[in-house]
Amino acid sequence: MINLRINGDMRAVDVPGDMPLLWVLRDILGLTGTKFGCGIAQCGACTVHLDGIPVRSCLLPVGTIGERAITTIEGIAETPNGAKIQKAWLDLEVIQCGYCQSGQIMSATALLNVTPNPDDADIDAAMAGNICRCGTYVRIREAIKQAAKSV
Amino acid sequence: MFDATATRAGPTRRTFLKAGAAVGGAFLLGFHLPSAMAANAETTVFAPNAFIRIDRQGKVTLIMPQVEMGQGIYTTVAMILAEELDAAFDQVVLEAAPPNDALYANPTFRIQVTGNSNSVRAFWLPLRKAGAAARALLVEASARIWQVDPATCRTDSGEVFHDASGRKASYAALVEHTAGLTAPADPPLKSTANFKLIGQSLKRLDTPDKVNGKVIYGIDAMPPGVTFATLAACPVFGGKVGHVDDSKAKSLPGVRQIVVLDDLVAVVGDHMWAARQGLEALKITWVEGPNAAVSSDDVWKQLRAASEKEGVTARSVGDATGALSKGELIEAAYELPFLAHATMEPMNCTVHLTADSCEIWVGSQVLSRAQAVAAKITGLPLEKITVHNLLIGGGFGRRLEVDHIDKAVRIAQQVAAPVKVVWTREEDIRHDVYRPVYRDRLSATLSGGRIVGWKHRITGSSIIARWLPPAFQKGIDIDAIDSAADIPYDIPNLSVDYVRDEPPAMPTGFWRGVGPNNNVFAIESFMDELARKAGKDPVAFRRDMLGKAPRLQAVLDLAAAKAGWGNPLPPRMGRGIALQTSFGSYIATVAEAEVDEAGEIRVRRIVSAVDTGIVVNPDTVVAQVQGGLIFGLTAALYGEITIDRGRVQQSNFHDYRMLRIDQTPAIEVHLIKSGEAPGGIGETGTTAAPPALGNAIFAATGVRLRRLPIDRSLLAGRKVG
Amino acid sequence: MTLSSNGMLIRTGILAVIVIVVVAFFWFVVGPGPLDFAGGKTVAIAAYSGANPTGVPVEFAKDDLVTRGRYLTQAADCQACHTTEGGLPFAGGRAFKTPFGTLYSPNITPDRETGIGTWTDADLLQAIHQGISRDGTRLYPAFPYAAYTYLADADVLAIKAYLFSLPAVHNAPPANSLAFPYNQRWLMAIWSFLYNPDQRFQPNAERSPEWNRGAYLAEALGHCGDCHTPRNRLQALDNHRKFAGTVVQGWRAYNITGDQDTGVGAWNNAELTSYLSTGHATGRGTASGPMAEAVDLSLAHLSATDHAAIVAYLRSVPAIPSPDLPAPKAEPAPAAPKLGTPAGIDSRGQKLFAGACAGCHDWTGVSPLSPLATLTGGRAVNDPSAANVAQIILLGALRQTIQGVSIMPAFGSAYSDVEIAALANYVVARFGAKPSAITAEEIAELRRMQ
Ligand code: FES
Ligand code: FES
Repeated sequence: MINLRINGDMRAVDVPGDMPLLWVLRDILGLTGTKFGCGIAQCGACTVHLDGIPVRSCLLPVGTIGERAITTIEGIAETPNGAKIQKAWLDLEVIQCGYCQSGQIMSATALLNVTPNPDDADIDAAMAGNICRCGTYVRIREAIKQAAKSV
Repeated sequence: MFDATATRAGPTRRTFLKAGAAVGGAFLLGFHLPSAMAANAETTVFAPNAFIRIDRQGKVTLIMPQVEMGQGIYTTVAMILAEELDAAFDQVVLEAAPPNDALYANPTFRIQVTGNSNSVRAFWLPLRKAGAAARALLVEASARIWQVDPATCRTDSGEVFHDASGRKASYAALVEHTAGLTAPADPPLKSTANFKLIGQSLKRLDTPDKVNGKVIYGIDAMPPGVTFATLAACPVFGGKVGHVDDSKAKSLPGVRQIVVLDDLVAVVGDHMWAARQGLEALKITWVEGPNAAVSSDDVWKQLRAASEKEGVTARSVGDATGALSKGELIEAAYELPFLAHATMEPMNCTVHLTADSCEIWVGSQVLSRAQAVAAKITGLPLEKITVHNLLIGGGFGRRLEVDHIDKAVRIAQQVAAPVKVVWTREEDIRHDVYRPVYRDRLSATLSGGRIVGWKHRITGSSIIARWLPPAFQKGIDIDAIDSAADIPYDIPNLSVDYVRDEPPAMPTGFWRGVGPNNNVFAIESFMDELARKAGKDPVAFRRDMLGKAPRLQAVLDLAAAKAGWGNPLPPRMGRGIALQTSFGSYIATVAEAEVDEAGEIRVRRIVSAVDTGIVVNPDTVVAQVQGGLIFGLTAALYGEITIDRGRVQQSNFHDYRMLRIDQTPAIEVHLIKSGEAPGGIGETGTTAAPPALGNAIFAATGVRLRRLPIDRSLLAGRKVG
Repeated sequence: MTLSSNGMLIRTGILAVIVIVVVAFFWFVVGPGPLDFAGGKTVAIAAYSGANPTGVPVEFAKDDLVTRGRYLTQAADCQACHTTEGGLPFAGGRAFKTPFGTLYSPNITPDRETGIGTWTDADLLQAIHQGISRDGTRLYPAFPYAAYTYLADADVLAIKAYLFSLPAVHNAPPANSLAFPYNQRWLMAIWSFLYNPDQRFQPNAERSPEWNRGAYLAEALGHCGDCHTPRNRLQALDNHRKFAGTVVQGWRAYNITGDQDTGVGAWNNAELTSYLSTGHATGRGTASGPMAEAVDLSLAHLSATDHAAIVAYLRSVPAIPSPDLPAPKAEPAPAAPKLGTPAGIDSRGQKLFAGACAGCHDWTGVSPLSPLATLTGGRAVNDPSAANVAQIILLGALRQTIQGVSIMPAFGSAYSDVEIAALANYVVARFGAKPSAITAEEIAELRRMQ
């Protein structure tokens, strides 16, 4: 049994330690908000937070997480920056198909966690790992800036 | 009824999507009008047509004939229906239409399909009529109660008013009084001046649940007892499974079953991880079949040879042959590669098959086909096949195909439990239905700075012939010639012909931008070449030949003005223009790009001016153009699928690249106000970006790119003044 | 002074000159043998007081011939060279691009037509010890017979037994494409005369049994020097600079002498053992390219005692510094992308890193996902030639570890030379001790070598 702290709850899962967190979240715990896009850390769709830091869950062996707190898209509204980002996303109507957006929101929230007032270069560095096939990048950039300004 | 928001671990929530205040997000209720209820529908539910249902509590349910894949169509359809119905928009509830060609066929294609940027174009009138008819009935019901002339009543936000007497009635209260009334065949429609919703940038109805992970895509369906599978089809198209050594895979923890079919092998497990590990542990020998030796070189050789043949004439004006024989003949050929769709949601389909029923959870652009393919495989009658069409994590034409459903149902035939078949990204890229390779040969003659003779030969696969055979007539693929046969320029002598050439080994299909992608790239690149030959500015050259296309002329002027066309740029930078009339919209796009000495390209800015007729939701239109442009830039800069020994060589995002945020230019979209019928928009940006960029690169470097993706080595080391 | 004494003098003089020439010839052209650094006296195996350093470790001694043969085949890493990517093991055909043309490894499965199915014991012994094929033609030293010549006959025959137990694969590799004069195989006879001692391993009487076992593993079986020892103009190993590192097929095989800063002198035994057995040591980086292959196909399969023996042997190799290499920097880079990169680095590199690399390697260089993906402390990022970093970006990495497959995707096909150069320089600048300046032209050259 592996114990995980996910969105504030303790969950015990009976899975091999090398199983990536992504599949534990989706297929074992039913937290399907975290998405599978590539499986090789190239698209960012699977991004979750470990202690507030963005991590690609598709390659993160669940056995290596230990005590660290996992936050997924289902829990991100509980964090102040997560809520700000979600609101800006809706205000600016960032989303199209939405499939990449869990990951985008997790990466953007993590950015605000460390850089409250990001400039374009900060946004590039933090968000370039998240692919959006629908091409919502222009609005993502704007929404991050708007969220940063909001209180 | 299954509710896909319920997971094995989570609570069951049955949710509707409510406008404004989203309670949860799943458009998965299917079409539920149980027969008992239908019998006394007169008194409990008002359902004047297939698109609207109002119950006595006042809940207005709008049925969505088109599928939501990010293009915002749910909101757009709801706005059109609610506009004519005069319902309170913040109280409507959306429901996905079930598979039913009789009720929900796309008026253009006659089957239930979402594609070709035609949802608004095709459904504009039918939806308005549906809304208006329902409204007329409700007005009539209240007029009868009040014994007044219906013409003296008006509606607003879900209520009927009789101002003279100060009376009003809610739609809910009127439901039971609609019994026995027949809907008018031709209800009066609102005049555009009276639109309250249409034309406003209303908030999208599908997005609130997309920011919190609650939305359910096909890949998220978790029916009770679901098992997880992933598959490998023969890496060479047309090949078969030879031998499978599953000794190692079988014994892996979590692996439940290995399914070996004629053309694929799947591993079923307790979760996707087990299934993937199992698949990797299999030793599969393939019988590769007739395509085992095909390479991209063979594909191009065949296509180039075919383009030398005479084609079937698609359009002929004046005397093209004669006009082309006088003066300098300017010729060029343009080539476009195979492309994969790479939707962010990889292909997947969940199936629960029992002896007498089949339940499917999937995201599909062709709902009735999804049902039909399952019926064909299982032998079950259509009514035993339930399809839950979930939201789509990117369609772009990929989900106009049903191969993922076909494979999943065949796998499900071997599995006792519900099975969710999820493709790896590698499988998704390597077993796509690819945008075909095309070769366009263009020739023209000029006189007095204008084109006098024009010939365009399009050579490529006919997707229509496979996908919609009845529409393939007399050797002409209407998609392949789209935007070429109807070229907007005023050219006195022209001829457009089409050579059908099916590439070896590779299945071809629709890809965002479809036929116009190819044609607009070839024509607009060639127009630029001709402008230089004529010694004219590319904008002026085009403008002079748009006398018969005033809407296009207007967007050209707007785009040129907004982009600062003609203002000097630093060295190594250039602007390029591209025009198009595809999908019933008129668009001019200016790209501004910079090319460094190493040949690396930076797209700095894109300005599009758009006349798409009446705009239902302007913000959605802007978003579609923005996204479409980025989709097109990705193709222009990176997109190419190649094959070697019959195998697709790309596999994932490291070798099939996508534009990322740091490469995204500033994008401006300017909409022109118009009272014309709405045009399509979802694919226009994709079509616009490559030629605009190619022309900008020419302006920056003097290098003409006649092939996509852009070969940066051609641009390297160019000294430009 | 008599004529005769004069003659004596002249003769002595001539002799002296000859001696000097011969000594100089052997010193400069032929050079020392791979084990000469150890000094001391070598003895016949039978005369050695310790355990027999050849064969398999004691715990496998009772296994049948084929099983022992498999161990030795793995230890000699035959599979790596005799298998193409995605091809069947030992079926040959792997291309070796040399400056003189391309060589293809032969099929060594027991197929009678295209493999070695008809070879006798003597045939194989002659090929392995002398570099002479069954038909008498000379083999190119890409086949490391100058190392394999030290193999005991019994070990060669055990390898043969193992190879002959495998399924025969019918596969005729392409013909070599060498330009004149390199296509003149008889020239190899001269090369062999100079560089192949044609002698079996002899234990060093003054060294421990562990050292001697390590020497046998590293020199006769593992042929470490074939990658890690620089070559002279005649493509023979220059053992004056034994294990000091060189470039092989575009990959840099690093200095594995005991030099503190630029070799492995600062590594402890556990680190060396871990690296040899798993291709990774915490804080020391991860093997990639040919070394990763050597670990996965060969070294990982050796016994713990054999790992220890190799480590003991390595420790005895004299330290030689690599002047162009800095001492590795071990500390992680700052977590903030804007910090930690020296000025003047092509900004494209950072953008590419942000998009394609940071998700796995992190801005700190310490991977949150897999220790194998941690960049900091590794030699590749601390190599200002950036050669291996560029190669890994181009070709990716595929590790068949005990825990399963671990993959870094190959970015070569979709990223341009300019991009890969910028990215490699960025990675070296951010995570290494000294920045690099690899160019797009050099990347193009690396591609040509593939
Ligand atoms: S699925 Fe993890 S980064 Fe793409
Ligand atoms: S919104 Fe569709 S992939 Fe990003």
